[in-house]
Amino acid sequence: MEIDRYKIDLAETERIEKLMKKSQRPIPDPDDWLEEELKRNILLTTVDYVADWARSRSTFPLMFGLACCAFEMIGTAASRFDVTRYGMDIFRWSPRQADLMICAGTLTWKMAPAVRMIYDQMPEPKWVIAMGACAVSGGTFRESYSVVPGINRIVPVDVYIPGCPPRPEGLIYGINKIQQKILKDSIKNYQ
Amino acid sequence: MTVALKGEDVAKKLGEVFPGAVVASDKVVVVVDSQHLYKVAEYLKNTTGFEFDYLANLAAVDYVDYFEVVYHLTSLKNNHSLVLKTRCYGREKLTVPSVYSLWQTADYQEREAFDLMGITFTGHPNLKRLFLWEGFEGHPQRRDYL
Amino acid sequence: MAIKTEPFILNMGPQHPSTHGVFRMRVTLDGEVIVGLEPVIGYLHRGIEKLAEGRTYIQNMPFTDRLDYVTSMTNNLAYAMAVEKLAGIKVPERAEYFRVVIAEMMRISSHLMGVGFFLNDLGAMMTPVLYMWREREKIVDLFEMLCGQRLTYNYMRFGGVSQDVPEEFWPALKRFVAEMPKFIDEYEQLLSLNEILLARTKGVGILPSDMAVKSEPAGQCCEPAVLSGTCVALTHILSMTDLISMSRWGALGTAMTDTW
Repeated sequence: MEIDRYKIDLAETERIEKLMKKSQRPIPDPDDWLEEELKRNILLTTVDYVADWARSRSTFPLMFGLACCAFEMIGTAASRFDVTRYGMDIFRWSPRQADLMICAGTLTWKMAPAVRMIYDQMPEPKWVIAMGACAVSGGTFRESYSVVPGINRIVPVDVYIPGCPPRPEGLIYGINKIQQKILKDSIKNYQ
Repeated sequence: MTVALKGEDVAKKLGEVFPGAVVASDKVVVVVDSQHLYKVAEYLKNTTGFEFDYLANLAAVDYVDYFEVVYHLTSLKNNHSLVLKTRCYGREKLTVPSVYSLWQTADYQEREAFDLMGITFTGHPNLKRLFLWEGFEGHPQRRDYL
Repeated sequence: MAIKTEPFILNMGPQHPSTHGVFRMRVTLDGEVIVGLEPVIGYLHRGIEKLAEGRTYIQNMPFTDRLDYVTSMTNNLAYAMAVEKLAGIKVPERAEYFRVVIAEMMRISSHLMGVGFFLNDLGAMMTPVLYMWREREKIVDLFEMLCGQRLTYNYMRFGGVSQDVPEEFWPALKRFVAEMPKFIDEYEQLLSLNEILLARTKGVGILPSDMAVKSEPAGQCCEPAVLSGTCVALTHILSMTDLISMSRWGALGTAMTDTW
């Protein structure tokens, strides 16, 4: 039984065009629960505190390096700017085992359905870091015909790290920010 | 050091074998008519003295009146190189014979030229878009896109 | 009794550990043997050529950095040399030599990364990468002294480089050049007689010379052929040295490639 390769190509085209139509506006950043920390009651606070502390200190990042920023991500994971000290020891390859997606590099429309699929495969709770100018807003390539102007059209982003490429210290600052954000989280949000 | 062959000398030799094939020639470049392209390329590949067995680069250029396809040929045996060009006029239905059967590397490079410029290469086994997805409308690298 | 089988098309998608960036392969499998492979590319096609149409020559220099981000200085250099050839700009001699020095350092750093990730793919998870990255950080520090950037340098200009070398660069470079052979010896000691490495690479993926000429690979493709003992003499692969055809400070660079 010969599988028609042309049909596979057409199916990919359909996925891309559908996603392009859906992504005309950026997805709003998931920030609105940040003000609600004052509304927590006492019992949940202790549980929340422990859960958030555990989650923020042991996130498993997903290796999602698309372009040049991937090298600074690997540099951050290397021995000089160690990211293991923040609990991100192993960069997972499979999205089912990861909870932090560090999207490093330019996203093109052809790649976008794959990013969405991988984001959907990650189990809750999950967070996304947009690393580098290209992931934040399209960067130098914003006017191009094939570049998504910022990954927040495809996935909701929690922390944006500007830079081209951001220095490893910059990525570590972003990781600190996301740890602070996770600390403010509550398990009520995931029920 | 690879020697760049003089375009005019090569044009003279080609003019003896294929009369009417060479349209123009320069110090570096030989411009050939697109109908004779395959025969000229075969001749350049197989004759002793030339033996261009390595196609280093295949690129397409859009001058607004015509499109040009540029071939950078190198000979590994004789250590010389040449630039071969061909033109196709108009904006629609551009065809150039494919050199895939001579140099296999033309496979992907011709697909790129088709994808970005819209030049169809006749005789190519698998001419479909390379960088952009199948249903993309238009050929982005053309001057009049956007 | 023969079991009926049929080939199976598996998609090794754009995000995959061994693709190093985005590269998709549609693999036709017969059991576990690969009988066909169709690469699908274009997942990082940013339309740089189209964007470059609307900018001046010097504004395109940062774009060339991002083409091959492993060796950005060399891309800058190639673009600068092309424009200089077109415009007939003469480069001063000191700048010419210095550009060769930078290009060779870039080549060392890219080979280090290449070796590191090659071993990563062979199964040694991240250890060789960490070793190689240690030296790469030293080279990147030297480049940071020159132009302030760690990855996308944008340092070359038409007619030379963008700014002169600071005072502390030359002693640092001399220290690096003095120390580097010791690290290459360390790698050689770790890798050359490594049984797993030899078992997984010897005799694998031999590219015979006629097929090599026919399909014209470029650059690192000929490395595995060298590994297995078949030396494919492709003089034109070194087309970079055609461009940088000046005195070779690259003794260190060739030593690195010769560890194979």
